[in-house]
Amino acid sequence: MSNLNINQLVKTYGQTKVLHSIDLEIESGEFVVLVGPSGCGKSTTLRLIAGLEDVTSGTIEINGRVVNNLEPKDRDIAMVFQNYAIYPHMTVRKNIGFGLRSSKMSRADKDKRIDEIAGILGMTDLLSRKPSQLSGGQRQRVAIGRAMVRDPAVFLFDEPLSNLDAQLRTQMRLEIKKLHQRVGSTIIFVTHDQVEAMTMADRIVIMKDGYIQQIGTPSEVYHSPANTFVARFIGSPAMNMIPGVVTDGSVRLDGGATVPLNLQVANEREVTVGIRPEDLHPVDGPALISGAVSVREPLGHETLIYVGGPYGEIIAKADGRTPPEVGKTVNLGAASENIHVFDPESGVAFR
Amino acid sequence: MAAVDDIRASSDTLFESRAARRKANMGQYIRWSLLFLGGIMMVMPIVYMLSTSLKWPHEIYDVSLIPKEPHLENYTFVLEDGRFYGWFINSLIIATITTISNVLFDSLVGYTLCKFRFPGRYIIFIAILSTLMIPTEMLVIPWYLMSQSFGWLDTHWGIMFPGLMTAFGTFLMKQFFETVPDDFIEAARIDGLNELQIWWTVAMPLVRPALAALAIFVFLGNWTAFIWPLIVTNSWDMYTLPVGLSTFADEADVAWELVMTGAAISTIPTLVVFLIFQRFIIRGVVMAGLKG
Repeated sequence: MSNLNINQLVKTYGQTKVLHSIDLEIESGEFVVLVGPSGCGKSTTLRLIAGLEDVTSGTIEINGRVVNNLEPKDRDIAMVFQNYAIYPHMTVRKNIGFGLRSSKMSRADKDKRIDEIAGILGMTDLLSRKPSQLSGGQRQRVAIGRAMVRDPAVFLFDEPLSNLDAQLRTQMRLEIKKLHQRVGSTIIFVTHDQVEAMTMADRIVIMKDGYIQQIGTPSEVYHSPANTFVARFIGSPAMNMIPGVVTDGSVRLDGGATVPLNLQVANEREVTVGIRPEDLHPVDGPALISGAVSVREPLGHETLIYVGGPYGEIIAKADGRTPPEVGKTVNLGAASENIHVFDPESGVAFR
Repeated sequence: MAAVDDIRASSDTLFESRAARRKANMGQYIRWSLLFLGGIMMVMPIVYMLSTSLKWPHEIYDVSLIPKEPHLENYTFVLEDGRFYGWFINSLIIATITTISNVLFDSLVGYTLCKFRFPGRYIIFIAILSTLMIPTEMLVIPWYLMSQSFGWLDTHWGIMFPGLMTAFGTFLMKQFFETVPDDFIEAARIDGLNELQIWWTVAMPLVRPALAALAIFVFLGNWTAFIWPLIVTNSWDMYTLPVGLSTFADEADVAWELVMTGAAISTIPTLVVFLIFQRFIIRGVVMAGLKG
């Protein structure tokens, strides 16, 4: 059953159109991550779902009910903010119970519910503390608890991890994912961090300039990116982009090497070839690309090598123990299933 | 040779640092002296007030700080004169009610101007601010005519009504609400509070320092107000403290020792108000609910 349905959603601020007809369907219990660079419209989409902004045109349905004109509180959603927005003058118990203020539950039931949530989040000992006595991660948990307490149809997370330090972020990422597996509610999570998106999502929605670029599972967007933007946005370091020309279904790179592919593209057509650094390795056989190593970045189990060539610097991955020396010329090769081909003008993938 | 150079170099830096330290000390002396002078200037009027309240009438124009024959007769006189209590109560009622009213309504308007987007918002704000440029002296006549028409002359209500809301308070509160992140308000909106509840349970506690500052300002302002209460009241039992104290002066003479005694007693509530609210001011804006 679809839980959230967004149809032709448009948002304009004055003359500026920030969302261009977004369509999105989210299944019940799905963990969907909206990801993109700042200004891509991901937070606006979330705020429209929450009802914090007015929809310009299009519809938003939650559990089969159009919520465009409903107040945020009537939409059966809960939101966790980037700044947590937990109230400094209230204890953890009051903060978590805040969402129950207007419900008709009895006091005992409310207390039971708060205790239950605190138990799930491992905060039972902290219920009488004030936010100023909590660490960043604990505050984040309080914010999540406050969202959980009402048991909403959809959870909205607006970049909740961006204020945490790297270690805590990794930990909270895992906790949120575990929480989702345990509670099973629908989650829409906004982030600009592609690693967060890849690690947490059931499905990723990649946005840019108010358009959805691609919707897919982490594996889909990684292995078959819809266009050059998605290809370069997902994965780190970004995908290498090399110009080439199609000859008989194969691609001849500017450097001279030919990649045997089975492309259904007109002859002599110019294309952009994309190869991820992690798919490009030094080889003994025939080279796709060759050049001199200019910089090495050891990462421990492997080493990133920057190779100069006719099309600028290419990044490849070499063995961590015996990487090629700086200045040495290396031959780089990649498996043909890991080679992506894009239209250089529109950026759309041919395969 | 090199070793000698080293020693010379180190002794140079030693002297330099000593000179620098002396310079820093000088700066400290000057700073402390200025602060001390400032402190004296603040305290002197109060000391002088207390000292005068302990003097006999013939000593008043003697500038010495220590009364020759200190006595408490003035206090007995002022406190035994029944009118003083009435004035004190009047002032207390007026200052308290205007303070509560200002804290509530200034912050309500300030919050609305700060957190809601509606047409004309900016114009309304400018209009409120521009009233700050009109001096009280210019307003007392219209106020008087107004209170006369409403039948408010010589009543508590007549003394209070011009000060129940102030442009300054509205401005102060608006500026402070700017520091309350919208996330708090939106979170409360999602949690199902109505706008009035959000203002009261979420926004107000977050601007407590500003409320305390406003409360002190308004309370002191009304406690010491003179011109308007003097104009609007006629009978001595409606006088406020400052107006009442001024009646210790007649055409021929001012009974300074009594005025100062009354003033000394009337500073007590202002001290109490200040002591109650200052801890909120000092604590500063609480933003602990935000990122760590």
